[in-house]
Amino acid sequence: MLIRNISRRRFLRNSATAATGLTLGFSLPGCGPEGNQTSAVAEVLTSDVSAWLSISTEGLITIRVPSSEMGQGVLTALPMIIADELDADWAKVRSEIAPFSAAFNNPYTGGRGTGGSSAVRLWWPSIAKAGAAAREMLVQAAAAQWGVPVAELTTAKAVVTHAASGRQASYGALAEAAGKLVPPQDPQLKTRDQYTIIGTSAKRLDTPSKVNGSAVFGIDVKVPDMVYATTRASPTFVGRLTDMDEETALAVRGVLAVIRLPITERGVADVQQIVALADSVAVVADSYWQAKKGMDALNPQFDDGGVGDVSSASMLRDIKQALSEEGIPVRDDGDTDQALADAAQVVAAEYTVPFLAHLTMEPMNCTAHYQVDSVNGDRVELWAPTQGESHGAMVIGEVFGIPAHKVTIHTTLMGGGLGRRYEADFLVQSARLSKAVGKPVKMIWSREEDVQHDYYRPASASRFTVGLDDTGLPVAWKNAIVCPSVAQRNFSAAYANGVDPFSVEGAVNIPYAIPNQWVSLRQHDTHVPVGSWRSVGSSHNGFYVESMLDEVAHASSRDPFALRRRLLQNKPRFLTVLDLLEEKSHWLEPAPAGRYRGMAIHESFASIVGEVAEVSVDDAGAITLHRMTCVVDCGRVVNPAIVESQMESAMLDGLTAALRGGVTIKAGRVEQSNFDTYRMMRMAEVPQMDIHIVQNDEPPGGVGEPGVPPSMPALANAIFAATGRRIRSLPIEAAMQTA
Amino acid sequence: MDLTVNDRQYRVDVDADTPLLWVLRDTLDLTGTKFGCGIAQCGACSVLVGGELQRSCVLPISAVAGREITTIEGLSDDNSNPVQQAWIAEDVPQCGYCQSGQIMAAVALLKKTPRPTDAQIDASMTNICRCGTYSRIRKAVHRAAS
Repeated sequence: MLIRNISRRRFLRNSATAATGLTLGFSLPGCGPEGNQTSAVAEVLTSDVSAWLSISTEGLITIRVPSSEMGQGVLTALPMIIADELDADWAKVRSEIAPFSAAFNNPYTGGRGTGGSSAVRLWWPSIAKAGAAAREMLVQAAAAQWGVPVAELTTAKAVVTHAASGRQASYGALAEAAGKLVPPQDPQLKTRDQYTIIGTSAKRLDTPSKVNGSAVFGIDVKVPDMVYATTRASPTFVGRLTDMDEETALAVRGVLAVIRLPITERGVADVQQIVALADSVAVVADSYWQAKKGMDALNPQFDDGGVGDVSSASMLRDIKQALSEEGIPVRDDGDTDQALADAAQVVAAEYTVPFLAHLTMEPMNCTAHYQVDSVNGDRVELWAPTQGESHGAMVIGEVFGIPAHKVTIHTTLMGGGLGRRYEADFLVQSARLSKAVGKPVKMIWSREEDVQHDYYRPASASRFTVGLDDTGLPVAWKNAIVCPSVAQRNFSAAYANGVDPFSVEGAVNIPYAIPNQWVSLRQHDTHVPVGSWRSVGSSHNGFYVESMLDEVAHASSRDPFALRRRLLQNKPRFLTVLDLLEEKSHWLEPAPAGRYRGMAIHESFASIVGEVAEVSVDDAGAITLHRMTCVVDCGRVVNPAIVESQMESAMLDGLTAALRGGVTIKAGRVEQSNFDTYRMMRMAEVPQMDIHIVQNDEPPGGVGEPGVPPSMPALANAIFAATGRRIRSLPIEAAMQTA
Repeated sequence: MDLTVNDRQYRVDVDADTPLLWVLRDTLDLTGTKFGCGIAQCGACSVLVGGELQRSCVLPISAVAGREITTIEGLSDDNSNPVQQAWIAEDVPQCGYCQSGQIMAAVALLKKTPRPTDAQIDASMTNICRCGTYSRIRKAVHRAAS
C-alpha cells in the first residue's frame, strides 16, 4: 500500500448545529469517490454525516469510526486516539460505525475499506488532529467565558481548569459555546509523555452490547417488509445450472419465488473478472428456514463446467510442475547462481500449502433493498457486514448501471472478516434478489455454501536452493514461488508487470543478511477462486521462509536462534524482538521433559512478530501444544490489551490452519462443507500463550494479522525438533499420516 | 404452538420441524442467539431449555413446546448476570458473534459445577470461537465462579 502525506491538504471545519453541543467534522478534499473536491465538500455541508465527534451538553462524547469492526477492536482503538487528544473522560466516550460517505474516506486510500491491518496506521494522523482541535475549541470557549488567556487553562478528564482562579467547567457545559467557534486548522498535538488514554488497556467500547445479544450483526438486520433468501451456487465454481425442481420448491410453505442468478446477464458479466461469481439459484421465502427447505426441495443440479477431473492430487502435480518452469524475477541481489556454484554446501527443499477457507463465525449474508425509480434513477440500499464498502459500491454500480452515489451501504458489525468480507459477491447476490422480488431481501448462506464458495487463501508452492559457506552461513538464497494471483482480480492497482505483490510478500523482503538472493514468481491460476486470508501472502511465505531457515540452521549444526541472530546483526528492531523472545521462551535452557521448541520471526504489515512454539508429540504422532511465546514490535501501541488479544487470536488462527486447515478438491469441487469436516481448535486444545510487547516510539504497525505468519513455521519447526520430521506440506496432521 | 421464552408466553405458527433457533430469530426477533453451522457443531446457537444447555439449530420447535427456554436476552436486563459481568471484566469478546453461545454454555456449566476446574471447563465449553478468545473465556468462567 502506498502511503502519501496529505496533511498539508487537511482542513477542519465545524459542521455543527450548536444547539446540541459541539459537533466536529472534517473532510479531506480530493479523496471523495470521484476525487472531486467540490462534491465531497458539498455533501459534508448539506448533511451531518461528516460529524466525526460530538460532545453533548450532558458531556457524552460520541466518536464515529470509519472502519469495519470485525473483532480487531477498531471501535475502541480509534476513539482512544481522538479521546486522548481531546482529554476526554474515557468513561463517557461512545463509538459507532461511521456512515459510508465521502467525509469518512481514508485520506491515503481515497476510499472506504478495512484490511491490511491498517486502520490505526492510516487514521492516526487525521483523527488525532480532530481530537486536538475539539479540545482547543473547548478551551477557547472557557477562556472567553472567564475572560482569561487560553494559556492559563488546562484540560483533563473532560474538564477545563483555570488554576489561578480555581474555576472549572465540564466539556458538556462548554460544548454549546465551543460549537459556535471556528475550528483551529493546526491544533497542537500531544507528545508521547502527555498521553493518558493511548497506551492504556482501556476497556473495549463494544463489549457491553456483545454480552447480551443486542449487538446488531449483518445477519440480525431487519427492515420493514423484508423477505428471506438463501442461494446455491455451482459446486465446481464454473459449472452451469442444468436442472431443478421449481414446482416442488414453490409448493413448500412460505416459499415466494425461485430466482435464477446467471453470470451471463449484462452487468453481472461485466464485473465477473473482479467478483468471480458462480452460476447460482436462490429461493426466497418468508423465513430463512422455509427458504432452506425450499432449496432442499429445489435440489438444483449443475454440470461440472469441464473441471470434473480436477482433484487436489492433480492440482498438486500441476503446481509442482510449475516450480520447474521459468518465473518472473522479483529480487536479484549479487550473483546467486555463481554463489551457489561456489558454495561449500547446498540445502534444497520444496514446500506446499493448501487452499484455506475463512469460516468466519457469521456465515455470508447481506440485506438489500433495490428501489426502481424511473424518474430519478434506481437506487440500492444495503445493510452489509462488509470490509469493502468502496469496492462493493463500485461493483454494485457496475452490475446495475447506476452511479455510485445511488448505492447506500450501512456497515453492520460482523462475525469475523478475515479478508473474506472484502469480496462483493454477497452484496451483488442480495441486491439482484431484491430487484427480482421488488422487496427488501435478507440473504443468508448456509454454512455449507460458505465453506464451498469462499475465495480461498491460495494453494501455493515454494522451492529453495540455499548455498552455505564453509562456516555454515547462508550466502546464496534462491527461492522460486508458484502461486495463483489474488490481486489481479480485485486489487488490480497493486498488480503490475505480471507480478502480484501479495504472492511474494514475506519472501521478497526477508530480513536476513544474505548477499546473493534470487526470488522469482510464476503465476499459476486454477478454477478455484482465491482471495485475501488473514495475513495474505505472508500466511504462506512466512511458513516457507522460516521453515527453510530452520533447515539451514540444522544443516549447518547451528542453533536456529543463533543463526537468526547472526543474520540480523543490522536489523536492531528484529534483534530486540529476537532477544526478548529467547529470554521469555527460555530458548537457551532445556525444555521440560518430552517437550520441544520451534522458533520463527516475521515482519508483516509494518510489525515484527517472533514466536516460539513448545510442543510434544506422542508415539502415534499426536501433537500437543503446550505453550506459545510471542513477542511483538508493532511500534507505538494504542491499547496493549487489544494487541494481546489480537496476537492470541492470530496465533490460534495460524496454528489451527497449520495443524488441520485447508480444503481439498475432488471432481472439481470442495470436499469440506462445515465445522465437522473443517475442524477448528476448541478450548481443550488451546496452549498457554504469553505475549510480550516491545516498548518503543516507532510509527504504529498493524496488529490484526502479523501474529499469524510466524505461528505456522514455529509449530512445524518444533515438530522437527521433537521428531526429526520436517513438515514441508501443510496441514501438519495430514502430513504426519503419510510415510 | 405455545412457547415460553425468557418468562414470556408466545404462540407461533411455524412448521413443526422448524429449529428453535429460527423461531427465536425470525419469528420472535430474539436475534442474540446466532446461526453458525446448522449441525450442532459450533454452539453459537446455544440456549437453555428447561435449564439444560441445548444447541437450538437442530432442535425442532415441536420438541420444546411448553418448555422453559432461556436465551441470552433473558439473562438480565442490565448485564448484571455474574457471567455477563465476568465477560465484561475480562473484555472477552472480539467479533462477539459466538459470545451469546459461549455465555449460555458458561451459565449452564456454572449451574451444575459452581467451581469448575480447567479440565471441567475444557470438557464442557466446546463452542467454537474463530477469534480465539478461549483464554479470556477461561478466565471469565473462573471469575464468574468466584
